[in-house]
Amino acid sequence: MEFIVPAELKAVPVEEAKCYDVIIIGAGPAGMTAAVYAARKKLDTLVISKDVGGQTLLAPGVETYMGYQYITGAELMRKFEEQVRQFPIALEINDEVVKLLRDENRFTVRTATGKKFTGRSVIIASGRRARSLNVPRERELIGRGVSYCATCDAPLFGGLDVAVVGSGNPALTAVNELTKCARKVYTIARSAIKADAVLREKAERSGKVEFVVGYAVKEIQGGDKVERIVLKQTAGDKELVLDVRGVFIEIGATPNVAFAKELAELSESNEIRVDCDCKTSVAGLFAAGDVTTVPEKQIIIAAGEGAKAALSAYQYLIEA
Amino acid sequence: MALLSEKVRQEVEHILEGLKGGVKLVVFTQEFECPTCEDNRMLMEELAACSSKIQIEVLDFVRDKEKAELYKLDKIPATVVEGKEDYGIRFYGVPGGYEFASLLHAITMVSSGSSTLSPKTKEQLKRLSKPVHIQVFVTHTCPYCPEVVQLAHEMALESPLITSDMVNAAEFPHLNHKYDIFVVPKTIINETIQFAGAVPESEFLKHVLKAEKR
Ligand SMILES: Cc1cc2nc3c(=O)[nH]c(=O)nc-3n(C[C@H](O)[C@H](O)[C@H](O)COP(=O)(O)OP(=O)(O)OC[C@H]3O[C@@H](n4cnc5c(N)ncnc54)[C@H](O)[C@@H]3O)c2cc1C
Repeated sequence: MEFIVPAELKAVPVEEAKCYDVIIIGAGPAGMTAAVYAARKKLDTLVISKDVGGQTLLAPGVETYMGYQYITGAELMRKFEEQVRQFPIALEINDEVVKLLRDENRFTVRTATGKKFTGRSVIIASGRRARSLNVPRERELIGRGVSYCATCDAPLFGGLDVAVVGSGNPALTAVNELTKCARKVYTIARSAIKADAVLREKAERSGKVEFVVGYAVKEIQGGDKVERIVLKQTAGDKELVLDVRGVFIEIGATPNVAFAKELAELSESNEIRVDCDCKTSVAGLFAAGDVTTVPEKQIIIAAGEGAKAALSAYQYLIEA
Repeated sequence: MALLSEKVRQEVEHILEGLKGGVKLVVFTQEFECPTCEDNRMLMEELAACSSKIQIEVLDFVRDKEKAELYKLDKIPATVVEGKEDYGIRFYGVPGGYEFASLLHAITMVSSGSSTLSPKTKEQLKRLSKPVHIQVFVTHTCPYCPEVVQLAHEMALESPLITSDMVNAAEFPHLNHKYDIFVVPKTIINETIQFAGAVPESEFLKHVLKAEKR
């Protein structure tokens, strides 16, 4: 059993009256790395985030962050947080940015708790969140069998039959979490399974997984909880009905950009467009990690991009 | 073998150095310990050994039935975190994984005797006139759960009418069935109000006040 000790709070007061050198939105790997790099350049830094750790908190085991052959996502983020707390960085946590504006050479950030902060530069590192299927009954059955967090909810499905929708690494990671407790795990993929071979082999070894490839979800059915899902062949008309109590949706993610939609230029898939210095279309506004157009969404890449964004912001501030 | 690694134990000792008043952990198990009762008892004993300010009392759910009734406990493993008095703070199941933070939070909070709730919330809680029972269902791997558990425990500390439980869903399948727990965190207040996910303090307070009216 793991016991996660919270990182110690070194309180740096959060001030609405002052103008920060840099405001970082998000405290996942990208935001936290940016914060450390900014603080080492002695920039007056504020981090605003809903949580500390971001999506990596949901990674059961990370085997691709150099320096650690294996570490749980939670533990890795705890180490990031400890490093952040070594510096005089102001942290506004459990809050959410709802609006980002630029007037003259200042940025204004408004939060869900009604606070207003000002900064000379901003780094957006707000990452991504799970995408939904958009099929009938999905919305109403969220929390009633429909889940977007296998890491959180898997232990609730002990002895039950469940389905995972998706074919990439996140989907197979979810499958491997679920085989620990569920009775049977259907894995539904529109075309081929794209996940890394190690993840797929692990799923196969469990003896609990049935791959249903070449099908898409047509609808989820049930009264006040999930009872079954209806699948339809992607290249034909055949339908399949599976009796399941849980449907875990792992079909990728969508960037958290609502607060910046009118300010920064976005790609067709709503990612913030950045150049190789993490600059956006707006002077003084930088972005890093999963929220950007940088291909490959990985912890090590997000962290590296966070470092680059902070150094670019520093360069911008000394030239401004 | 100890449950807490040497490294975790040192970190815990460091956190508990700041304890002000005494804390008592009342741990309920039984002679033939339930599947997770042993882990829970060992965890609490190891924690108590980390600070001279923490006392531990291990009771038997069957033999010490009156005590269990006094604390209004209905299942084990159960742990009551008491400070100067019993504030109504309960842990059902082992507070492992992310919930370890909630246990440390409860200990430091009852030791200081004060919560970090806003003055407005404290004021509103004073108006409660009927008992409110909050149950927060969690899993060890849920990063969003401790926030809700800790908020509920803070309210229990502030109001003598509130009892607040962390319930580790994986250890009580019959309750998952009873309340249809398919997502965590899930909060049940007085059996009538339920909601999923982490919510801000003001919204949580609204649910608590509404529960009283039902
Ligand atoms: C289940 C799972 C397993 C994974 N496993 C691995 C793995 O093994 N190896 C690997 O390299 N990668 C893995 N990943 C991918 C990895 O987690 C991401 O690439 C990485 O977390 C991206 O970091 P980020 O900082 O860009 O964004 P995020 O981690 O998404 O962090 C964004 C932060 O911004 C905050 N935020 C969002 N919106 C707002 C707002 N409006 N206001 C304030 N704050 C906001 C969030 O709360 C969060 O703290 C996994 C992902 C998942 C979901």
